[in-house]
Parts: sequence; structure tokens; C-alpha cells
Amino acid sequence: MGAIPVEHGLILAGILFSLGLIGVLTRRNIVFVLMSLEVMLNACGLAFIVAGSRWEQADGQIMFVLILTLAAAEVAVGLGLIIQMYRRFQTVDINVLSELKG
Amino acid sequence: MMLLFYLAAFVAVIATVCVIVQTNIVHALIYLILSLLAVAVIFYTLGAPLAAMLEAIVYAGAIMVLFLFVIMMLNLGQNTREQERAWLAGRGWILPALLAAVLLAQLLYVLSGVEGMSAPEQVGVMAVGARLFGPYVLAVELASILLLAGLISAYHLARKPGAEDE
Repeated sequence: MGAIPVEHGLILAGILFSLGLIGVLTRRNIVFVLMSLEVMLNACGLAFIVAGSRWEQADGQIMFVLILTLAAAEVAVGLGLIIQMYRRFQTVDINVLSELKG
Repeated sequence: MMLLFYLAAFVAVIATVCVIVQTNIVHALIYLILSLLAVAVIFYTLGAPLAAMLEAIVYAGAIMVLFLFVIMMLNLGQNTREQERAWLAGRGWILPALLAAVLLAQLLYVLSGVEGMSAPEQVGVMAVGARLFGPYVLAVELASILLLAGLISAYHLARKPGAEDE
């Protein structure tokens, strides 16, 4: 339709991605870190959709479907890791995972 | 459509900020679901109805339910009782309810069929499906292999240690 400028969509995707990145860097609860990763992946999908609607091609939505698949697999593995971590350390604080001393 | 886009973008940004500043994990999950639903509205205004539906069903539905199961399994709230009381009495649900009301108003506005609202130049389901199973069929196969690998590794990781001895 051309009514919504493509820059605004991309700016929104950038804002959401930055917020997710801030969440990943600042939070110490690993469940919040995983949620922030979801926000970042979602912002990536939003950028693809914006580009796809700008050129009116279906490829943007196909990329979004693939990102959705990736997010589902990532969240399944990540939550399995969280459960395992909680069993071993009885906490979800990622600061306790500092046994690897360089 | 412009107004819908900017309202949904506003809701998405507010909800995402609330996700990363929340300390209560269930509240953060509610804000995350709101953010995903707002992004689904944005997809619709951008003329991508299939992506909007998938966002609402898969992201806000399935993946968030997975998060909720894990939060239940971890039982993170040691002081769950006080949390529940604060949940019922506190103002924690007011902002999510307001933001969700904005999204609901947008949905009703679209469904009411105002003239010119039917998002011209949509890239419909048929176009996406034709390309998905035409040139992109190899990517679909790879995605299925990725999902299989995720399934196996999630099963392996979440298993109790020593469960294979039985």
C-alpha cells in the first residue's frame, strides 16, 4: 500500500532488537535471557516482513516462517538446558556458571 | 492502517520495555505475549496475514506455553503464596490489561470492515505457500531436520539423570 514508510518499520525492528540485546546483556536470570533472545529473533522476523511488504514479495514471509522454526527449536533446547542447570546448581543465576577459569 | 501500525508499534515497544525491567517472571511473560501480539497486528498492517496468524498461534501460543511449563517445573517462586496475594491485590495486571485493550480495539476496528481497511496489496497465503513448496522446498526440508534435532536434544537434556537405568 505504500502508506507505511519502510524506514519506520525498520526503525521499530531496530528498537525491539536493541531492547532484546539490552535484556540479554543486563539480566542475570537465565529465563529472562531466553525471553530477550526471543524478542531479538522476533525483531529479525519483523525486519524481514517489512522488507517483504515493501517489495510485495512472498520471500519475506518465508524467511519469517524459517525464523519461527529456528525460534521453536532454540527455545526447546534452551529450556531443556535451563532445567538441567536448575537440577545441577539449584539456581537460574548465570553468574554461578563461572567455573571455567581462563 | 497508518494509525493501526503506530498504535501497535507503541504497544510493542512499551510491552518489550516492561519485559526487560520486570522482576516477576510471570508478569514478564504476560508482557512478552502482549509484545508478540502487537507485532502480529503490525504484520497484518504490513499486508502479511499468514505471518500474523503464525505469530499469534506459534509464538504467542505454543512457545509461550513452553515457557510457562518450564516456569512451573522450576517453581521459582519460593514465596509463592505472597506472590499470589500480591498478584490478586496489586496493580500488576492494569497495564497489561490496558495494552491488551488497545490491541482488542484495533482488532474490532479491523473486523468492523471500515472502507479501505482491507489492506490492499496483501501477500496472501497462496503466494507464500506456492513459493514455500516451489523454490524453497529444500529450506523446508532443512527446517524439518532442525526441528527433529531440537526435539531429540530437548528430550535428552530435560531427562532426569539416571533415568536410562530403569
